[in-house]
Amino acid sequence: MHPAFSVIFLTTFIGVGQGLFLALVTAQIYSLFGLLPAQDGHAFYAHGSLLALIFLVGGLIASFFHLGHPERAWRSATQWRTSWLSREVIVLPAFMGTVFLYGACHFLGLKPVLVTLPSGTPVDATLVLGVLGTVLAFALFVCTGMIYACLRFLREWHSPLTVINYILLGGASGFTLATVFAALAAPDLVRFFAGWALIITFLALAGRVASLIRNARLKPTSTPQSAIGVKHPKVVQKSQGFMGGSFNTREYFHGKTAGFLRSIKWFFLVMAFVVPLVLLSVGMAASAAGVLSLAFLVQYTGLLAERWFFFAQANHPQNLYYRAVS
Amino acid sequence: MSQNTARQLALVIDLNVCVGCHACVTSCKEWNTSGAAGPMGDQNPYAADPTGTFFNRVQTFEVGEFPNTETVHFPKSCLHCEDPPCVPVCPTGASYKRKEDGIVLVDYDKCIGCKYCSWACPYGAREFDEQGKVMKKCTLCVDRIYDMTMNENDRRPACVKACPTSARLFGDIHDPDSAVSQAIRENGGYQLMPEWSTNPANHYLPRRKTRLKIHEDELVRADNPIKRDRQLIQPSKSEPTIEDATGW
Repeated sequence: MHPAFSVIFLTTFIGVGQGLFLALVTAQIYSLFGLLPAQDGHAFYAHGSLLALIFLVGGLIASFFHLGHPERAWRSATQWRTSWLSREVIVLPAFMGTVFLYGACHFLGLKPVLVTLPSGTPVDATLVLGVLGTVLAFALFVCTGMIYACLRFLREWHSPLTVINYILLGGASGFTLATVFAALAAPDLVRFFAGWALIITFLALAGRVASLIRNARLKPTSTPQSAIGVKHPKVVQKSQGFMGGSFNTREYFHGKTAGFLRSIKWFFLVMAFVVPLVLLSVGMAASAAGVLSLAFLVQYTGLLAERWFFFAQANHPQNLYYRAVS
Repeated sequence: MSQNTARQLALVIDLNVCVGCHACVTSCKEWNTSGAAGPMGDQNPYAADPTGTFFNRVQTFEVGEFPNTETVHFPKSCLHCEDPPCVPVCPTGASYKRKEDGIVLVDYDKCIGCKYCSWACPYGAREFDEQGKVMKKCTLCVDRIYDMTMNENDRRPACVKACPTSARLFGDIHDPDSAVSQAIRENGGYQLMPEWSTNPANHYLPRRKTRLKIHEDELVRADNPIKRDRQLIQPSKSEPTIEDATGW
């Protein structure tokens, strides 16, 4: 497939936003049970939600560049019964709205206690919004992953690993950003977030390597023989019916060499996982905002490359019909 | 075969007679670019690297190893699958399969141009129109086949009408007595990429060879009549034949 930068930015930006929001809610739940020091609603949760929202809005804006008719985008919420893309279109704004309300309630100090747990722990409105947002964040990860994983003949994507990796990669970048944010806004949470960022980044590395191994072992299901229905071991294309290219040659071929693809693979493995793991460890020990910021920037750059590779590696069966110009 | 729709219009393309002339490609473009649905956009049509939207392409494949090779011309368009994977993924409902005749269509006024349906088509049958910014595909000339102002002979897809060798048949594959159903049944019609269970409505008829089997004893006849004839008395050419003698 030809990687589209609109979709690369959409999926990486919202991944960061979702991960950061999950990090904020995790911290709130920990502090609810006295496991972490409580943070200021205004300085920490409201600003953190704003930061998450900025990434989510960035992703939403990027997505519009993928559309031929962005003015009709509202129509894409109608087919949620069958289309994962439509489900994503519904869940993304719902999640953004929840993040906004979560941040706004913290900002305004609107924390009416709704329920009190038997242990006497009060459950306020922000926590309910946080849990709702958590559910929506995971739903959004599943929708985004399933958009790709549901296409059964794009076999590199048709795997539970696709969804798992969207969750883990988004979570890793979000928790890394949360570490940076904590270094600036809540220094006593740096170790907590950095620890989780290290764990999730490591899990994401495992998940991504698993999918790389899986994809390297895939044997193509469709063949030139099944594509045109001629049962002869040797079928060679001599003409694709035109010479100046078409949508089929532009959309489904990345046009790069196998060597370039390999170098991108190693680039993202180093940039998205190895370097951030080192920088996070160093930054966590020193609680240095500069090192942690670098960890996030390096990881995000690595994730851009990872997403490029994710698209480029998928080999569409239609390519069997476009293997020779003339 | 799943019977999702009452009727299922389809093309049956006979690879045995397709000569790769591209008449179906040009007539399709001519008809469909002039219709009410708007033009099929072209970029650089008269410059280097011309490109544009087509519903139908003719490709050429070489089968076998020299000297035993064979050229197969292969017309390729939307197959109007009975279980179309492109339809459920559409987020707007612009892609749909008609209940009444099984044609898979795109509502160009609803399409947002996200290209997701084209990713979901294993055949690459859909092409994004860079000018209209919507996804386009073969309509089986839905604006011809039901147009009662046309002669009955013209109420067929433009490609079918243009084919000089009648390699393209058009009809309802759910009607067992239709010409297309008979062709599929009797001439070995098959579907493309059956491994994805998309159940394409369009079928292809394979290349067919007529081979004459000659046995040794048919080349050298044991009871050669000439040999026997020579042993008889040969009448002179000027003498009346048996027909002359018995003629009336």
